[in-house]
Amino acid sequence: MYVATKGGEQAIGAAHAWLAETRRGDAALPEIAARQIEEQLGLAVDRVMAEGSCHDRGLAALAVKQARGDLIEAAFLLRAYRTTLPRFGASAPLDTGAMHIRRRISATYKDLPGGQVLGPTFDYTHRLLDFRLAAAGLPPEPAPEAEPDPAPTPRVTELLAQDGLMQREEPGEAEPGDLTREPLRFPADRPVRLQALARGDEGFLLGLGYSTQRGYGNAHPFVGEIRVGEVAVEFTPPELGFAIELGDIGVTECQMVNQFKGSRTEPPQFTRGYGLVFGHGERKAMAMALVDRALRAEELGEEATAPAQQPEFVLYHCDNVEATGFVEHLKLPHYVDFQSELENVRTMRAAATKAAAE
Amino acid sequence: MSNALLSARGLVLRFGRIAALDGVDLDIWPGEVVAIVGESGSGKTTLLRALSGLVRPEAGSVTYAGQDVLAMGEAARRDLMRREWGFVHQNPRDGLRMGVSAGGNIGERLMAVGARHYGNIRAEATAWLQRVEIDPDRLDALPRTFSGGMQQRLQIARTLVTRPRLVFMDEPTGGLDVSVQARLLDLIRALVAELGLAVLIVTHDIAAARLLAHRIVVMRHGRVVEEGLTDRVLDDPQHPYTQLLVASVLAA
Amino acid sequence: MTRDPGYNFAYLDESTKRMIRRAILKGVAIPGHQVPFGAREMPLPYGWGTGGIQVTAAVIGPADVLKVIDQGADDTTNAVSIRAFFRRVAGVATTERTAEATVIQTRHRIPERALTENQILVYQVPMPEPLFRLEARIAETKRMHALADYGLMHVKLYEDIARHGHIATSYNYPVMVNGRYLMSPSPIPAFDNPKMDRMPALQLFGAGREKRIYAVPPYTSVRSLDFEDHPFRPIRAPHACTLCGARDSYLDEVLTDDRGGRIFVCSDTDHCAERQASREAAE
Repeated sequence: MYVATKGGEQAIGAAHAWLAETRRGDAALPEIAARQIEEQLGLAVDRVMAEGSCHDRGLAALAVKQARGDLIEAAFLLRAYRTTLPRFGASAPLDTGAMHIRRRISATYKDLPGGQVLGPTFDYTHRLLDFRLAAAGLPPEPAPEAEPDPAPTPRVTELLAQDGLMQREEPGEAEPGDLTREPLRFPADRPVRLQALARGDEGFLLGLGYSTQRGYGNAHPFVGEIRVGEVAVEFTPPELGFAIELGDIGVTECQMVNQFKGSRTEPPQFTRGYGLVFGHGERKAMAMALVDRALRAEELGEEATAPAQQPEFVLYHCDNVEATGFVEHLKLPHYVDFQSELENVRTMRAAATKAAAE
Repeated sequence: MSNALLSARGLVLRFGRIAALDGVDLDIWPGEVVAIVGESGSGKTTLLRALSGLVRPEAGSVTYAGQDVLAMGEAARRDLMRREWGFVHQNPRDGLRMGVSAGGNIGERLMAVGARHYGNIRAEATAWLQRVEIDPDRLDALPRTFSGGMQQRLQIARTLVTRPRLVFMDEPTGGLDVSVQARLLDLIRALVAELGLAVLIVTHDIAAARLLAHRIVVMRHGRVVEEGLTDRVLDDPQHPYTQLLVASVLAA
Repeated sequence: MTRDPGYNFAYLDESTKRMIRRAILKGVAIPGHQVPFGAREMPLPYGWGTGGIQVTAAVIGPADVLKVIDQGADDTTNAVSIRAFFRRVAGVATTERTAEATVIQTRHRIPERALTENQILVYQVPMPEPLFRLEARIAETKRMHALADYGLMHVKLYEDIARHGHIATSYNYPVMVNGRYLMSPSPIPAFDNPKMDRMPALQLFGAGREKRIYAVPPYTSVRSLDFEDHPFRPIRAPHACTLCGARDSYLDEVLTDDRGGRIFVCSDTDHCAERQASREAAE
């Protein structure tokens, strides 16, 4: 019989032991190392790093292992760790124009300065299960190497902006807000929106971005550019007064070029949607760029009718750690509230039965 | 009866236990303005929706110019809506495209019946803006930048541009300030007379009915309790409910 | 070319192909009408041309010669990938020459060379519904097609002219097929629209993610929507191709540096190569 146990300390202890055992799986098989996850499940690690908003591949890999591969749980672990870290300050804006590029593609120009660099992509693979991977084997043949192109790789949106075809983004004066320290407030400015989206759930943003392509929101997007690679982080310690380089981080940046707005009085121009995520996360960066552009509806004088254009709807619901918490909390006991509901429904039913009889 | 433009017989429609229409008969002749009055919940808006084919009654018949409206396919009914009928909603948002310019709103009906000359469509839309007393400079403005009264006048222009024979109006002055209402009523009266339209107008505003209508139909609980020429019904109401309605206006 | 024996000819099983062919036949019988079909999961992602690939797989035979283009070019990554896919699973001959192909699968272009009765042009279609930007609910757009209620599309074109002075749609420009159905030509540049009208080749359109097929039979009228006093105008960059000198082909803009340097070249690589070859031969 199921009884409401209070103080089920023993039960919880047993459950945790079972969890640890299940996590380990068949003990006859070698245990997976966090380093292996970091190397061989790199995209899972990157996703956890992005949604956990903490750039540390080693910790993200550990979180994936601890979470048994549940990536939202892993992001949650990483965020819980992140919150214990002191905050020194804000870095200088990343210069993604100076990125050390591993992948760079543009869908708007066939060729352009810096060229199209496919990099390690699934894009043109045929999705046929490769049974050779089921068996352990020798490492693959090394990929052919080319000399890196010494020419700079300017950003596509900058090339358009030089021609006056792309709306310039005004650099903000103020240090952007920090969502991990300050709650969301509406109207939320663009830096805060981008921050929330960068931490947001990939699946949620993907669905929203997709909806803008299907008519729920007025999107006419082109991928101006996606670039993936390492970029230097600079920080100015107050005691030094000049910027020093802290190191490199891996990021994915997507700039969506959106069809012109404009009117008889304003010349037509392209506007941009922006996506930037930690690690290699193209799908997320693209979805983010679509949603960022959709959220600019009001600023650009567009009618905001679709879910992706509603800042409150998007920003309050894109955080998967918050969302999973509230959805999953329904598993917690609600006996007391339910009891009062039960009494309430019984009373109403009795009244209705009585009324029908009269 | 045989030359009535629109005839309804024995319309019945129930929502659960409530009879919204309980055996309603109605005729409207070409060029005639008929007001349906009654308090909210009397079934007048439901009657309008049933007559215009927006809801399907459980029983009864609706005939327009010899055609059985209820037996029509949707294509034929939409065509009727585009060419011969018009519908003015209480809330202009229901009758306008808020994201489309004033000119586009008026032009839509012209294009739906085959107009394909941009210049002519624009000229016609400009003329109609003037007719409903909206500055033609607002031709390319979005309706959401208009006041409530202007939106309603734009809706009327959009409806009348194809010169329908019969227009349904659902509380067209509802939700507007009194001074704005008066101006709109004057405008409707002038246009209706000029174009010789038949109009079926639903209103709870007895003063509006007196100003516009040739004939009044009083509804209560889904039934027609009294009908007759406007002056006769308002000056010499026979049914106690009509007497109450008229008295409450006088008192107000 | 031998095909991979692990898969049925052209990847799909025969009953799936029959289902797709029935949808195609229905589409041919009702030009411009979108026919729902049971699109399958394909080994390429949605948006990469799964609809076009399924249509091609259903109509291709061992004797066919396949050409695949993306943005007009045979050498674009996605075209290369799809061509390799069919070589592998169908073992058919492939070509880059428009004149030699019997089936041409395309994304975003119609070849410059006029097609013939012996050819089939298969379009990859991302959004088959031409009204989706104006009305996102599919149930409602189906009703609009059934009733030929296209006032909304005309309003959109009217608004374009009112705002910009001309119709501001430069690709995926809506067309009326056979005077009855409004149809998306897929995101081809409006420049290509006139080629669809009374084309001798059969034109088939496949949308995998949206699970719709439609068709334009040979010699069918395809008219780009416009106004009498604002007639349809195809747009191209007002330049000559740097490589072959063509002034009548659709051009790609290629950036050569970050100081505003650029050249224009034919997007149809076969057309350009053919012109360059005949120029060299003449010299």
